[in-house]
Amino acid sequence: MRKAFKGGIHPPEYKEISKDCQITVLEAPERVVLPLSQHVGNPAKPIVNPKDKVVKGQLVAEAQGFVSANIHSPVSGTVIAITKHPSASGIRVESLIIEREESDEEFRYEPLENPEPRSIVERVFQAGIVGLGGAAFPTHVKLSPPEEYPVDTVIINGAECEPYLTVDYRLMIENTDEIIAGALLVKEAVGARRVIIAIESNKEDAAKKIASISPSEIEVVLLPTKYPQGSEKHLIKAVLGREVPQQGLPFHVGVLVQNIQTVIAVKRAVQEGIPLYERVITVSGQAVNNPSNIKVPVGTLVSYIIDILGGLKEDAKKVILGGPMTGIALGRLDVPVTKGTSGIVALSSDIVSRYDESDTCIRCGRCVEVCPMFLQPYLLGTLGRLGRADALIENNVYDCIECGSCSFICPSKRNLVQLIRVGKSIAREVKK
Amino acid sequence: MAELKEEVQTEKRKLLVTAPPHISHPDTTQKIMFTVVLSLLPIVVYDIYLFKIYAIITLFFSVFGAVFAEALIQQIRRMPSTISDGSAFLTGVLFALTLPPKVPWWISFIGGFVAIAIGKQAFGGLGYNVFNPALVGRIFVLLSWPKHLTSDWYDKVKLDAVTGATPMFVAKQFYLGSIKIDLSKFYEVHFFKNPYGSMGEASALLILVGFFILLLKRIIDYSTPLTYVATVGVLTALAGRDPIFYVLGGGLLFGAVFMATDYVTTPITRKGKVLFGFGAGVMTFLLRIYANTPEAVAYSILFMNALTPLIDIYTKPRVFGAKKR
Repeated sequence: MRKAFKGGIHPPEYKEISKDCQITVLEAPERVVLPLSQHVGNPAKPIVNPKDKVVKGQLVAEAQGFVSANIHSPVSGTVIAITKHPSASGIRVESLIIEREESDEEFRYEPLENPEPRSIVERVFQAGIVGLGGAAFPTHVKLSPPEEYPVDTVIINGAECEPYLTVDYRLMIENTDEIIAGALLVKEAVGARRVIIAIESNKEDAAKKIASISPSEIEVVLLPTKYPQGSEKHLIKAVLGREVPQQGLPFHVGVLVQNIQTVIAVKRAVQEGIPLYERVITVSGQAVNNPSNIKVPVGTLVSYIIDILGGLKEDAKKVILGGPMTGIALGRLDVPVTKGTSGIVALSSDIVSRYDESDTCIRCGRCVEVCPMFLQPYLLGTLGRLGRADALIENNVYDCIECGSCSFICPSKRNLVQLIRVGKSIAREVKK
Repeated sequence: MAELKEEVQTEKRKLLVTAPPHISHPDTTQKIMFTVVLSLLPIVVYDIYLFKIYAIITLFFSVFGAVFAEALIQQIRRMPSTISDGSAFLTGVLFALTLPPKVPWWISFIGGFVAIAIGKQAFGGLGYNVFNPALVGRIFVLLSWPKHLTSDWYDKVKLDAVTGATPMFVAKQFYLGSIKIDLSKFYEVHFFKNPYGSMGEASALLILVGFFILLLKRIIDYSTPLTYVATVGVLTALAGRDPIFYVLGGGLLFGAVFMATDYVTTPITRKGKVLFGFGAGVMTFLLRIYANTPEAVAYSILFMNALTPLIDIYTKPRVFGAKKR
């Protein structure tokens, strides 16, 4: 096993709640809500109108510019509106709303056989693939590094370090072949020499499964379990010992990192012509009645999923889209699952943490110890509260990856990562 | 076009919406403070066994003075009370342990009060004080009522019939050649049962027990106590004096384990902690050998407390991805 990166935390994993639940396909909802901006970059532009009939897999909104992504309809049916609809962030965002009709019709792209690197990237773009680990960064952009930075190694990110989430784990067990095929396609696309699938030690069985059927050109690497292992920079550090420079990207050290589910999407888009319109998510937490790993159409409402899985328990206090370290707490449940949604986690009141507004630092130094970016969160938090832009920048506030390790560990229950986010926006505002 | 009605929420319940992360480590400030108190318990119990009611009175009035000061000042300033975080309570206990057991009760009370009022609250409360509050209290009462504070330690040990004061004073006399004794005779006294100094110094063994409790519970890092004690030991040996006597005697062990590891007033990073321990060690050595004060450890730690903000600035960690310096 490799050495871990420095810093980080060991939150309770809670993976046992859903790790043995096989992936099941959820009955499609009557209606899907597709936000036009569910990826990093420019929102897509609708190319259908209300009352238009669409088929499953049909392109309904086009990418705008290079950093953007296509959106396809996950169901066959009728576009009923293009309007502002509540989203996870609590803000209403422009969304396509499609009502489902029973139909076997489906659109697929032409499968590619022995594709050129360029056509793989082109297909990934067509299929609207974005990072499915949570960041939702358009994958074709990552597959097109600048020429002066050749990528020699592709790392497939099977860390899944967020507590509760078990999608990547299930996929590694159940869809092993597709992961291997997708990983090789990604390697081909960027012309890398090596592919490494990196998995945390708490998923050793998944690592063994992959290793048992991998061709020799794929290495499987086991890493000590630690949060935030799934952070690109820290995964690269742990696997290869390379350190992505400040404000740099993985390609600066010749690496490309792709999430497990993303490479499956790449495989399907290239070899079967299926665009990205559905994904697997974990539904877990002490306050859900039926923990599951389910495949759902993008655009399915959280409320629908929770209802069909038997609802929430009486003491449900918080519903999170994503994992409990970085996910968003929902104020309402009629918001859609998007391409970047990795799970729905419902916490009971005894699990939910309470952060303290008095914001007293006892200088215990634990945040400094756990910060994987080697920052001083206690100081950045205070500077953020005081709005000291210069001091924030001097203390490298922009390097914070917002993993939440500092907040988690703080015995005074300061929500440091939140104070730092505020600090970042103040610094940006002042420096404009 | 059909009017689109918003989806009706099927689950009607109040959901908590806050920024991530949504889970946290079970340790709290309160838990940490009371774990430190727990680590002091062996010493406290031993003191009560040795000094009976005197130890109880000194402890009680010190803690009462400290907690009372915290409550009073927060009341006056209309601030929310922080007594329940245990920090004032801990300061009271620590301060008591810097006192000899038979000190008058009002000295304990005033010292505990000053420790919190001037040592902590005057700076803005928990987290903002520059100096170790318990040591501020200790130095305050020492300078105000020295007669009540300096023990006639050597008289009472009565291993040799020479008058003297503290162990450090005895050692000084010995190396000046004015008395003839065997310093190694005192090792055992210091280690197991030393009822002649401050209450915290009653047994080096129990200080070590407290040290291991703090390490096991991951409350403190070993680097400050270790570098501090090692620096004193090595320098003393280099100066041709008995390092074991100098390490075991006086307040060094107690100060190194319980005072030099105070979160608020010592450096954040390990590098800083090592520097702090080293600096305190050099200071303690110099004060013990060359100065005429019985408070080498207290002054050294307070001196390093003042340097802590500077140490923090110069021991900032290298940011991930930054060029190696």
